[in-house]
This record gives sequence, structure tokens and C-alpha cells, in this order.
Amino acid sequence: MFMKSVLRITVSAAVLALGGGMASAGNVEVLHWWTSGGEAAALNVLKDDLASKGVEWQDMPVAGGGGEAAMTALRARVTAGNAPTAVQMLGFDIRDWAAEGALANLDDVATSEGWDAVVPDALKAFSKYDGHWVAAPVNVHSTNWVWINKKALDAAGGKAPTNWDELIAVLDAMKANGITPLAHGGQAWQDATIFDAVVLSMGNDFYKASMIDLDENALGGDTMVEVFNRMAKLRSYVDDNFSGRDWNLASAMVINGEAGMQMMGDWAKGEFLRADQVPGKDFVCIRFPGTQGSVTFNSDQFAMFKVNDPEAQKAQKLMASAVMSPVFQSAFNVVKGSVPARTDVPNDAFDDCGKKGMADLAEANANGSLFGSMAHGHAVPASIKNAMYDVVTAHFNGEYDAKEAAAELVAAVADAK
Amino acid sequence: MIDRFQNWLPRMVLAPSFFLVLIFVYGFILYTGYLSMTDSKMLPSYNWVGFANYEKLFRLRHWNTAITNLAIFGILYIGISSAIGLLLAILLDQKIRAEGFIRPIYLYPMALSFIVTGTAWKWFLDPGIGLENTMHQWGWASFHFNWIKDRNYAIYTVVIAAVWQSSGFVMAMFLAGLRGVDNEIIKAAQIDGATGFRIYRKIIIPMMRPVFLSAFVVLAHLAIKAYDLVVALTGGGPGRATELPATFMYSYTFTRNQMGVGASSAIIMLIMIFSIIVPYVYSELRAGGKR
Repeated sequence: MFMKSVLRITVSAAVLALGGGMASAGNVEVLHWWTSGGEAAALNVLKDDLASKGVEWQDMPVAGGGGEAAMTALRARVTAGNAPTAVQMLGFDIRDWAAEGALANLDDVATSEGWDAVVPDALKAFSKYDGHWVAAPVNVHSTNWVWINKKALDAAGGKAPTNWDELIAVLDAMKANGITPLAHGGQAWQDATIFDAVVLSMGNDFYKASMIDLDENALGGDTMVEVFNRMAKLRSYVDDNFSGRDWNLASAMVINGEAGMQMMGDWAKGEFLRADQVPGKDFVCIRFPGTQGSVTFNSDQFAMFKVNDPEAQKAQKLMASAVMSPVFQSAFNVVKGSVPARTDVPNDAFDDCGKKGMADLAEANANGSLFGSMAHGHAVPASIKNAMYDVVTAHFNGEYDAKEAAAELVAAVADAK
Repeated sequence: MIDRFQNWLPRMVLAPSFFLVLIFVYGFILYTGYLSMTDSKMLPSYNWVGFANYEKLFRLRHWNTAITNLAIFGILYIGISSAIGLLLAILLDQKIRAEGFIRPIYLYPMALSFIVTGTAWKWFLDPGIGLENTMHQWGWASFHFNWIKDRNYAIYTVVIAAVWQSSGFVMAMFLAGLRGVDNEIIKAAQIDGATGFRIYRKIIIPMMRPVFLSAFVVLAHLAIKAYDLVVALTGGGPGRATELPATFMYSYTFTRNQMGVGASSAIIMLIMIFSIIVPYVYSELRAGGKR
């Protein structure tokens, strides 16, 4: 079986090579929301690679809303019986589509290229459905980062905080220095990003019990009340004008020195780099205090939809293989700020924060402390995620006190199940 | 032969649009009603669950917020727009100079989309860059206006923006109504010694009842379907403080993968619209019958 599929791929590759340039090997229609400058440039690496193999790339970008618009477009396409070949997708969306039976089987490419050995298990939970590969992971974003302005940190004692008390000490010192200690944008997903990190800082077991297993005792218990207390404490370091601010504007506040730090996923690094800031010199990247060694992630993947045309199927598999090639994984992720989804990609091309991200990911993967991020749809399905958003953002905006919020969290999750 | 053709022609021309409307409006209303009774999540499913979605809907705090907001928004929006519109119309009706120049100025906001209105007012009301900041720069340091960032007051900023947009339109409707009042009646009242204020209060405004009804129906359905304004102005925030039923419906149906609950909220919105439109149509039909 294994030999047979290897043979099939070799043969089809050979046929393609022979045909080279003359006939196209079908085309792939790709639905994605990577439209910003850097992202588009990174995608071009993939496009060129596929073009050299004779696969034509039909672009179908749907920008906006972190993929919400793209997912709505996808639903319309699939309902109309005309699914794109490949779709950029996050977490539970992949599972949901796989459960609908809409995704193609990539097992032959995966086995011949040995994806199983190089992709972390926590990612495979999404790339594989029912034991079959249905998606090719492109990157791993980790979300429990803190980005600190180096000057502001030096003025506040100079030592990067490693636990909650040190964090509060630094934030207080920054406040005393007359800057906004914490740059933050008041959007539900941003509130939830901080919430994720605070929950994780209470321990790996607690994160798993509350955010992944949805254990009611963890969701409504004393530890969760403490989490909400800490959220309220962090809220007190945010300026009053935070509501509705986009995350990149919050990053800009840290870059300008208007604010001390931002708690945000590694895509924020792109903003710092574009402002010609150097990791370690102008800004410092640390894991959220108390979470070093653990990683919450989200991962962009290309989910492959079932297509009937054999030409298109071939093109689809070529694309899956190109996405998983170490060269593309490195080239793309250097630009995107994330780290490769394969653990065997060399880290030479990455900056210090990227290297740290790769090392942390490998460590977390080895220790079983790599978890899907709740805020980014990799811990629970969309309905429950949004129910949690409702509570977290209402509490962050002062609607509940910590005890009410914990009780409300239990109720909201139960209703959304 | 030709007679027959002329008889049939209008029906044949109307038939396609009639069937399109039948399917794509009324057909899909029925379909939505059916989906609201199923356990549809990401894609439509056909497992019957009865009224479970409606029970769930009314248990959700989020939906209660949306309904409360709609009540606040609807009452204030319709009330204030009508009051300002009527006042402007009466002032414009005083045979003033350059009316043709002033009238379009009030009417033009209606030509903007709610997205533009929302974005412009978002910037204008933002304490960091808008009105508050400008006042501080002009030296009025104690000036304070941060409603858009305050979850208890944010819904009122939506009212402000919507009223700004719609008052001119209501004014135009009222102005047309005022011009339609028979001059003879007004002259008769003047001869009887009625003052201007009394003429408006006792004669003209009561005679404009149909205009009030039309204005109410237009504004009420604008209020219930309000979506773009909220999305542009506050994004439903701070927190979830300015969610309206329309934003609720969209998020549950399309981003939260709870299509059943979303469909049931759409049906509730439909019922709300019907409860406004049906009495209106009924009273119109009755008035028509009397004529």
C-alpha cells in the first residue's frame, strides 16, 4: 500500500516533469485572507513554487475580520456545491468541515513525506480527522507572548518579569513613570487573548481542565475567580480610551514608547520589525509571566476540499506537499512572525524572538504543555469560544465582578454546548 | 385578439418578478422559520427540535441586551427624529428666504450610507482624537464626553448618529405634508382669530396623521434592521454593550455556528416588523375602503 502510493506519486511527478511547461497540471483555487503586504509576499513563495510544477494558482482572497468574511464566503460556495480546492482555515473550523465530510483525504502524500513524525501532536488534532490527514499546517502562532518596550522596561527596573508579582511591580513602576503600562485594544478577542495567558499562568492542568475539557469545577471554581481578579487588576493598567482599538494600534503605542507592554500573539512582532525595531535592543519578547515552558497556539492550515476532477486532485496534492516543504515553511514564517508547523525546520533564518518561539514550541511539545488557544479557536468550538468571549469581555468592561463572572462562565458554556 | 393580448401582457410582464419575489423573499422566510426549529449549527440541518432554539434564545443574556438596546434605540431614535424633523419642517414652512438652499443641506445626510455616518461619528466621538481632544486643545480642560467608551452610555451615541442621519429625511416628509394642507382651512382659522401656534397644534398637525404614520413605519423598520451603523460606530462594544438584534442574528448565524439560534432570532425580528406593519396596512386598507 505504502509502496503503491509512493509509486503513484513518483509516476505522477514524472509525468508532470515530462509535461513540464507544456500542459498545466490542473489548477488550485485557494481561498485565503492573507492580503496584507508581508503575508501576500509570503504566499508568493508558494505560488511560484507551484507554478514551477505546472500548477496554476487561482487566487480567491476574502479579506477582513480574521477570516470571518472568508468563512462566510466558503459556506456559500460549499452550499452551492462549488467548493474551492484549498482553504486557509483555523482550528475547529477544520474539524467542523471534516465532520461534514467535505474535506479530501491527504493520507498518501502525508505518509510518503512522513508528516506524522514532524508535526506536533497538538496540531495533528486539527490536521487529522478520524485518523486521516485533511489539512496541511502552515505555521504555529503562539499567543502567550508579552512585548515590552526596552527603554520603558529599563526605566522600570530593567528586569523582565517572570511571575505575577514581578509583573505587577513592573506595571506599577511604568505607571509611576507616567506612561500607559499596558497597551490593549478593547475587542472581545483581544480581551480573551490576555485571559488565555492568565488562565495558563495558573498551571497547565488548570488550563486543560477549564479551557479544553470544560470541567465545571474549574470553570466556576476559586482559581477562576482569581483569574478574573487578575484580569481586573490588568484592566487597571490600561488607558481609558482602549475600547475598540485595533491590536496593531496598541502595538504602535508600545513601539512609540507611549505604552510599556502589550500582551499579544507573535503576529505583533511583525509590527515591531516593520518599525525597524530590533529584538533584544528596542523591544523584549517574553512569555506571559508564569507561562514559560508552556505554549498556547493557533495554527493556519490549508484544508483541502473534495474535488472530483482527477487533474485538480493531483494539483491539490502537489500543493499540500509544497506547503509542507521545509523551504516554504521557513520562508513563509520568517515573514509572518510565526514559527514553522514542522519541528525539523532549521532556525537560521529567524530572529531572536523567532528562535525562542521555535525552542519554546519544541519544549512544550516534548513536555505535553502545548495547548490550543481558546481565544483563537483551538481549544473549543466557535459557539463555546464566543460564549466565553461574552463573559470575558463583559467582565473586562466592568459588567460583572470576579465571582459573578466565574458563575456566568459556567452558565454560558453550558448553554453553548 | 389584440384585446386579449393587452389583457394578458401586464400579467406576463409581472410574472417573473412575482415568482422571484415569491421564492427569494417569502420562500426563504419560510425556510428560515423551518431552520429555527432545527438543530442547525454550521450548515443547515433538518433535525427537528421544536421550540428549543427559542427557549435558548430568551435565556441568553446577550439577546436580552440586544432587545433592551433595540427598545432604547428605537424609542429615542423614532421620537427624536420625528420631533426634530417636525420642528425643522415647521421652521422651513415660514416662507423663509433661500429655502431651496437650506432644505437639501438638512436632507443630505440621508444620502450617506450608515457605514460612513458610523465611521465619521466614531472618530468625532472618540475621546482620544475627536470632540473631547479638540476641546482640551482649545483650553477647556475639564470638558468630558466619553459616552462611546462607556458601556452604559454607548447605545446613546448610536442614537445620536442615527438621528443626525435621518432627521433631514423626516423633515422632508413632514414638509411635503405641511404643503399638502389646504390653504382655505388655514385662512378660515385665521379669520376666526387663531394664532399661528394654535393653528399648528389644533389644525395642521392633526391633519398630518398619515405623514406621521408613514414616518413611523419608515423609521421603525430602519431601527429594527439597524446593523451597519452599529458595526461601523462601536462594533457592538464596549464589550457587548451595543449589540442589536440584527448584529446578534448575523453573529450567531454566520460566525458562531449556531444557525438554529440565529434563525430563531431572525424570526423574532420578523414578528416585530409584522407587528408594526400589519396594523399600518390594516388602517390604510380601512381608510381606503371608506373613500
